[in-house]
Amino acid sequence: MTTTAPPRRFRLTDLAAGQDLLTAVAVPIVAVLGALSVGAVFLILVGADPLRVYEKLIDGALGNTYSQTQTIGKATPLLLVAIGVCIAFRANVLNIGVEGQVIIGGLATTAFTLGFPSLPSWALITGGLLAGFAAGILYGAIPGALKAYFGVNEILSTIMMNQIAIQILILLLTGPMRDVSASATSANIIQTAQIPREGWLPLLMPRTFFHTGALLALALAVVGFIFLWGTVLGYRIRAVGANPDAARYAGVPVRRMMFLAMALSGGLAGLAGGVEVLGVTHRTIQDFSTGYGFSGIVVALFGSLHPIGAIPASLIFGGLLVSGTKLQSVGVSAAMVVVLQGLIVLFVVSSAEITRRRRRAHAAQSAAGSEAAPTAESSAAEAAS
Amino acid sequence: MTPEQVLQIAAQGVAAATPYLLAALGETFGQRAGVFNLGVDGVMLMGAFGGFYVALQTGSPLLGVAVAMLIGALMGILMAVSSVTLKAPQGISGIGLYMFGLGLSTLLFETLVRSPVPLRTGFDRVPIPILSDLPILGNIAFNQNVMVYAAFLLVPMAWFVLNKTVFGLNIRAVGQNPQAADSLGINVDRVRYLALIIGGVLGGAAGASLSLAQTKIFQENMTNGIGFIAVALVYFGGWSPMGVMFGALLFSIVTTLQLWLQALGVQISPSLITMLPSVMTIVALIIAVRLYRTGTPAALGKPYRRDEA
Repeated sequence: MTTTAPPRRFRLTDLAAGQDLLTAVAVPIVAVLGALSVGAVFLILVGADPLRVYEKLIDGALGNTYSQTQTIGKATPLLLVAIGVCIAFRANVLNIGVEGQVIIGGLATTAFTLGFPSLPSWALITGGLLAGFAAGILYGAIPGALKAYFGVNEILSTIMMNQIAIQILILLLTGPMRDVSASATSANIIQTAQIPREGWLPLLMPRTFFHTGALLALALAVVGFIFLWGTVLGYRIRAVGANPDAARYAGVPVRRMMFLAMALSGGLAGLAGGVEVLGVTHRTIQDFSTGYGFSGIVVALFGSLHPIGAIPASLIFGGLLVSGTKLQSVGVSAAMVVVLQGLIVLFVVSSAEITRRRRRAHAAQSAAGSEAAPTAESSAAEAAS
Repeated sequence: MTPEQVLQIAAQGVAAATPYLLAALGETFGQRAGVFNLGVDGVMLMGAFGGFYVALQTGSPLLGVAVAMLIGALMGILMAVSSVTLKAPQGISGIGLYMFGLGLSTLLFETLVRSPVPLRTGFDRVPIPILSDLPILGNIAFNQNVMVYAAFLLVPMAWFVLNKTVFGLNIRAVGQNPQAADSLGINVDRVRYLALIIGGVLGGAAGASLSLAQTKIFQENMTNGIGFIAVALVYFGGWSPMGVMFGALLFSIVTTLQLWLQALGVQISPSLITMLPSVMTIVALIIAVRLYRTGTPAALGKPYRRDEA
């Protein structure tokens, strides 16, 4: 046959197709080692000792009980964000707008808890988190609808939505939601008032960042896994990501699935913002979301776009965020963490080709000659595997 | 608002368009060849820092630009290794490249320079004899720094390279139908590498135009998303250098909006003004989808594998 078929589109599911456990574990480990080696070159260039820096990265995250709880505290919103990113990326909808969705969610949670301070504790917490979730859904729905129904590139639109969210945050924190208490006004701190104590998430260890939000995130990782692999909706979302044409022929409403995946992803990011507010900051502060957006994407990729894989990944990158702020003591800026994250992303996405070639060789061995053209059913089945 | 003010702000607008224009022209090459490089902002930051640091150490802004372009080329190669050779999904490897550039430029700045020091020798305005004496246009177009002149001169050059040379034809072929190009003996990967290197060089120059000409200072994340807007401008400009230039000028008007409003005596929240370019980018993307239903390079975003052709 000499018909020129269009090139097969790369699908994100290729990153973790088949959930081959060996690849799912080996790729991240190789990516980390690669990133650390390249990072070491730059550390030597700026005159730092890479071994000391990396030792500090581990020590800063795990060195004592307090830093361990700090790590869990940072991992909590990261995990929530990453579950959402898994859902969106599985539909091949690249939600880069989680940073903005975290901000909007945190603002909504803060507004709810400040607006209904007389509610009983359970209602305040539930309502606050639902408000964050809903706001995140709405903020994700905008680029979701633009992508699904107008064909607007979602990567670019979500990046712009991030910038817009940051300005909305500043606008609200300096305007209607400004903290009017004397201490904040005199110190010129941009933040909201503190939310009532009844709205705070109970701590699992006193005076740490280890709060019940961590359990919620863990539970939702399991829910996310069941959703993606155990429900019709999750199956459809993955089918759209694996092969939109096949999914369309099989009767899946492709556009609606894209929209839904982006909205859900936004909802989980919004929830992450809400959990951070109720669990850690107890108010919205100007940079409460810093790092959660892009790190959440790294966590999802690192966990092979699998909600369960995101659990260990969130702990690793939560730890990095914690110890990054402590690097000053070895003369290196916290930006080193961003360098490592960028390198890890490059390594993880670039390794897909190597695993793909391995899989192809493997498949060629086992199939030995029988060459079937991919059909809608087989493609959809591939997505479901 | 006096006529002098109008001229002054318009001139600033043309200067402000430069980083957008350089970055978007570079991105046009990559996208025409079928590669969507989302890491331009990171490339710009590395170029901005590299150019700044070299100019700070040597006192030569020209050497600074050269180094910025070299760094940009290296970043372009990094993107190409990931997305051309290793077929990584372009959107995500671009995000990786962005984070790498953002982190590394900050790390280098905070360890090598530490405090914000302004450059003593940057690019200053160079009025062009005779032309700069023209009424209105003289001040707006012919009394700028060399980076501005270079950026606008690159527009016809980019058009010429893309449309009138064999290399440009190869770029377009590779972005439109890599199978056909491959069967004609064009080395698809090599053309894409070159297009990404050109994009990197111009991205590095775009960063340097910020740190060496516009502000003469380096700050963490000083591009503030210009690179991402530049990627959107390529869509908005319909993948043509002229379209990209009009888009860049349009955005420069928005970025100087604050100055216009101040001159008019209008009070408006700075957050709303800062938000405006992002809102406009989304609107521009919606318009671009409507305008160019058929203009998109057909293979944009798709890694090419010979074994699947």
